Amino acid sequence: MKKYISFFRIRFINGLQYRIAAYAGVATQFAWGFMEILIFKAFYKENPHGFPMEFSQLASYVWLQQAFLALFMLWMYDNDIFLSITSGNVAYELARPLDLYNMWFTKNLAVRLSRAVLRCVPVLAVAVLLPEPYGIAPPVSLFGFFMFIISMILAFLCLVALSMLVYISAFYTLSPMGVRMVAATLTEFLTGSIIPLPFFPEKIVKIISFTPFAFMQNIPFRIYSGNIAGSEMLWGILMQLFWVIALVSAGRLWMARAVKKVVVQGG
Amino acid sequence: MIELKNISKTFKVARRNAGFREALGALFRRNYTYIQALRDISFTIKDGEMVGYIGPNGAGKSSTIKIMSGILYPDSGECIIDGLVPYRNRREHVRNIGVVFGQRSQLWWDVPVIDSLELLKDIYDIDERVYKNNLEELVELLNLGEIIRTPARQLSFGQRMRCEIAASFFHNPRILFLDEPTIGLDAVSKIAVREFIKKMNREKKTTVILTTHDMQDIEAIAERILLIGRGQILYDGSLSELKTRNSKKKTITLEYDGSGRFSPCDGIALVSRVDGHAVFEVDTSVVSVQEAIKVISQYADIKDLSVTGASIDEIVVSLYEELKI
Repeated sequence: MKKYISFFRIRFINGLQYRIAAYAGVATQFAWGFMEILIFKAFYKENPHGFPMEFSQLASYVWLQQAFLALFMLWMYDNDIFLSITSGNVAYELARPLDLYNMWFTKNLAVRLSRAVLRCVPVLAVAVLLPEPYGIAPPVSLFGFFMFIISMILAFLCLVALSMLVYISAFYTLSPMGVRMVAATLTEFLTGSIIPLPFFPEKIVKIISFTPFAFMQNIPFRIYSGNIAGSEMLWGILMQLFWVIALVSAGRLWMARAVKKVVVQGG
Repeated sequence: MIELKNISKTFKVARRNAGFREALGALFRRNYTYIQALRDISFTIKDGEMVGYIGPNGAGKSSTIKIMSGILYPDSGECIIDGLVPYRNRREHVRNIGVVFGQRSQLWWDVPVIDSLELLKDIYDIDERVYKNNLEELVELLNLGEIIRTPARQLSFGQRMRCEIAASFFHNPRILFLDEPTIGLDAVSKIAVREFIKKMNREKKTTVILTTHDMQDIEAIAERILLIGRGQILYDGSLSELKTRNSKKKTITLEYDGSGRFSPCDGIALVSRVDGHAVFEVDTSVVSVQEAIKVISQYADIKDLSVTGASIDEIVVSLYEELKI
């Protein structure tokens, strides 16, 4: 365990070095956040009660999403991993007494967390200060906030487990661009990064709820604002747990097979 | 103890001819050829040996190293290293080995080298005291003082390679695999690396297996060489034996005064002659070196003279030719 922690540490420290990228990211996130909120505002003005979420809930959702973008956006891949597969550097990683799946999983957690840490503070700080209903509302209850944290962690693990499948696919395709793009776009849409899932037609939501996509950012952000609570919340968290286990198991199995077939490129 | 028995490995390679049509066609139907990288490789290496693994590009050197370090699965055959099958017991096996792939890097690009080393300490569960000792020793031997506090990306190639080699030694591996460790190094770094490897072998009894194209590496380090070509072991034996077997030709270089009109005779051939400097090739199966010097000295006043055997490079080239690889 210690080795993975220390692996996490070096990757985390490494990630914190890219400050300029983080500032640029923060600027983008503000622009996106404001734009989304203004667009939704226009719709809500027409009919404030015709929507599945209250406007303040939606604003919280948008700001949380922007603050923690690095945790939940599939397209924020760790290029090191793709590079290590396509260039053959994975040879060194296989020559360590480590489990490759765990190592990459840890690496991903660290990279994403380091990015999120740098970006979330300014976004959250400003969003808290924004006047109601445009900013982040305080959590509905202490219990709700506690569940929100748990759900955040599970959603994060779930997304990383999903991204692992994309990484492993690089063992087979060698040019991972295609899979990366398709997976990223699909996930962005289906997890509610573009439009929160409650805004989707009911039938489609039903279908999505059979997939892991419904249990990533969709759950914690809605728990925070009280959009889902009670048994629906507990069910959501349980399903998150299920999908984390399912995706990790699938990834581990696939990885074991890929490593057997792996042909380290070059030299 | 390293034991390889009848190891074979085949790679599937997609091939097509150049051109747009061919590229389009390959979208639907690909032609694969099978390349037999290793056929029936067997050898044994005892503890504490230093073995040079040589052969032309594409002969299968790296594939063998990858199998022995647990990265590649062979198609058939058996490889047992200290009682473990590397690719089946990968995680236990790699604990006991160190690897350096000369063309790749194991250091973290953006952080000081020392951070990478600290990470290795945790990955291999190296005891704090052992780590400190090793660090001190490696820093001194490989002259790494300031270097380890510099990010890897800002190091020169030679500096980085010395760090890579240090990094492969922290966990006191019993076996060290070096895949072209001196590739692209300058003379000073090369010698430092060779000295270091020899010292480690002597003092820690580390088994060293080294692939290289640099015959001076082999000459300096390896007592035994394995020559591989087209996936087969073609020679397994000592370097000196290979040398005596293949050094019927001697080169005589001399500086002389006088006109220097040599008339060639059997077994002595003039290779070049430029103002008082001449090079002869002597075939010792025809005439002895002593005889040759006698003959040559009849024609000129010798100021300086040296006799050298074929260089290891030449021996290897002639061996490649002889074995048609």
